[in-house]
Amino acid sequence: MASERKPILEARGISKRFGAVQALEDVDFEVYPGDVVGLVGDNGAGKSTLIKVIAGVYHGDEGRIFFEGREVNVSGPGDATALGIETVYQDLALCDNLDVSANLFLGRERTRSIIPHLLQVIDETAMEHEAERIVGELHVVIPSVRSKVATLSGGQRQSAAVSRAVMWNSKVVILDEPTAALGVEQTRQVKDLIRRLRDRGLGVVVISHNLADVFDVCDRIIVLRLGRRVSTFDTHATNAEHVVAAITGAEFGPTDVGKPEGREAV
Amino acid sequence: MKSANKESPSQAAIPAGSGEQPASLIARLTGSLAEVDIGSFPVILGLILIAIVFQIANSHFLSPLNLANLMVQICSVGTMSVGVVLVLLIGEIDLSIGAVSGFCGSVMAVLSVKSGMPAPVAIGAGVLTGVVIGLFQGFWIAKMHVPSFVVTLAGFLGWQGALLYTLGSTGTVDLADPWLIGLVNARLPVWLGWLVAVLFIAVYVFSGLSDQRRRIRAGLKTTSSNWMIARLALVAAGVLAAVGIMNVDRSFTRVPIQGVPLGVLVFLGFIILFDFITRQTRFGRSIFAVGGNPEAARRAGINVDRIRILVFTLASTLAACGGILAGSRLLAVNQSSGGGDILLDSIAAAVIGGTSLFGGRGTTWAALLGALVIGSISNGMDLLALSSYIKFMVTGVVLLLAVTLDAYARSQREKSGR
Repeated sequence: MASERKPILEARGISKRFGAVQALEDVDFEVYPGDVVGLVGDNGAGKSTLIKVIAGVYHGDEGRIFFEGREVNVSGPGDATALGIETVYQDLALCDNLDVSANLFLGRERTRSIIPHLLQVIDETAMEHEAERIVGELHVVIPSVRSKVATLSGGQRQSAAVSRAVMWNSKVVILDEPTAALGVEQTRQVKDLIRRLRDRGLGVVVISHNLADVFDVCDRIIVLRLGRRVSTFDTHATNAEHVVAAITGAEFGPTDVGKPEGREAV
Repeated sequence: MKSANKESPSQAAIPAGSGEQPASLIARLTGSLAEVDIGSFPVILGLILIAIVFQIANSHFLSPLNLANLMVQICSVGTMSVGVVLVLLIGEIDLSIGAVSGFCGSVMAVLSVKSGMPAPVAIGAGVLTGVVIGLFQGFWIAKMHVPSFVVTLAGFLGWQGALLYTLGSTGTVDLADPWLIGLVNARLPVWLGWLVAVLFIAVYVFSGLSDQRRRIRAGLKTTSSNWMIARLALVAAGVLAAVGIMNVDRSFTRVPIQGVPLGVLVFLGFIILFDFITRQTRFGRSIFAVGGNPEAARRAGINVDRIRILVFTLASTLAACGGILAGSRLLAVNQSSGGGDILLDSIAAAVIGGTSLFGGRGTTWAALLGALVIGSISNGMDLLALSSYIKFMVTGVVLLLAVTLDAYARSQREKSGR
């Protein structure tokens, strides 16, 4: 099981302070390929801060990050993306006035030469073809990759944002509250998509307040409370009450505290 | 593919690669006219309506002489309107374009008349002044974070002062250089007009067909070849008709006056150039992204500040070009150059043609359509010798109607998921 696999992304001893607030203290975090880990905790527990440190938006005060076993320095979002770590934030960062294909390739448009070395134009055909392929592979249901994003439903927009995160050779995908503000059917679409990412061998991190969704789609659950990692759960071996207890700090029988299996051995 | 599951369950998803278009006639027509912004469709109808109304009121409206005059009349405001489209696309506004056009026109005029500079130098200096002004205003907006409304309003006042200063005590500078006078008014020889038209049509048809071929090779959905041919034929016919009308001898004397005025070619050249830039280059795509969601653009790696600075630079440069064209048409630059309704006409033209005030939507052809609408109303009313107040009121009503219709049509389209 988990202890036999090597994590694709590992953070050790991450600490981050904002002025008087210790947002994170000595937090370890690991993501395995083909594994969906849920990151849960109350407001202010440090979930967003942790993934922003991993994604290079913040710089941790202390701690080290390892990717595929090698220590790396993630000093900016570009570093994270270059490694293959993609993040989908809650606002999705989609342009409503552009179509799905344009959004998938935003900032990285394919071009072709009209005059060699002098004039490059956007290669709409290649991008559309590629977009259709990605969308088909991930079984994302949209009318067309030429649909303007403004015309898509919440679940379709989320799926489009996730598709964009996946298509650039990413190895780890972090989703911040992917099902908040989505209806039942759309939540189902997004959860199916998350499972497909796992089946493709990606490591997936899901931040969510919705424990039902977390239990439905995650293999492991890591609980943060007040900036510290307090529990790790195997989804199949626990239930919501234990997780809630860890989130709120209530005493409720034995809980798994702190370090993941196998850390001492390293 | 399963059918899309949202508000309209009756809307079946179009399977990829099927080569079929949605059934309704309007959908097919607008889908095939997708090169031009779909929102322009009601404006084109409005333009036809205006033409019919004025032709009935005054049979000279659609005469070759009047139509050629109309095209020359709109080339200055139209050029400035292209700059307005760019600024509106990123969701900003530029209130200084009128004053910039007047000031840069005066730089050209003064250098030519008072300093005796040759025409290319005078024109170059005028355009360069626009570039510098645009860089300055763009920098102030993007880096100093002062709203574009305020910066360009300050420009509106400041560059007007600069115009008065440059013109000096005489207040008017009459152009004498034949190249400057000819910039707008010179007429292409008839054969050259036809040649340019044929070249344009050839490039248009070629790019349309090769695009179609590439899509077929990639296995993508394509517009049916009937509609493709119809669209190409329509555009070709339009271009040939326009050149033909301008090549007809429109003189009342025995001295023939015929040929496409150079100013019209310059104006259309700007439209085609910036249409290419906005729709076919990564820079243009970035403009749409910044207009749609600046934060998303930033996260995608687009330098939002740089885009803003460049757009305002282009707007002021095009305003300078408009001012130079206006000076050439009027054969002079005076204290009212760039003033009056020119600012609002440029903005109204862009908006009437289908550009959204909120950013992210529009094409440069909107500048052509809007300028034609405003120009036709003005021209038609002049033919009917109507008072100015009627002109203002009608233009105001047309602007209101055009934007309302466009907003309505757009909301209908969005409901049906297109």
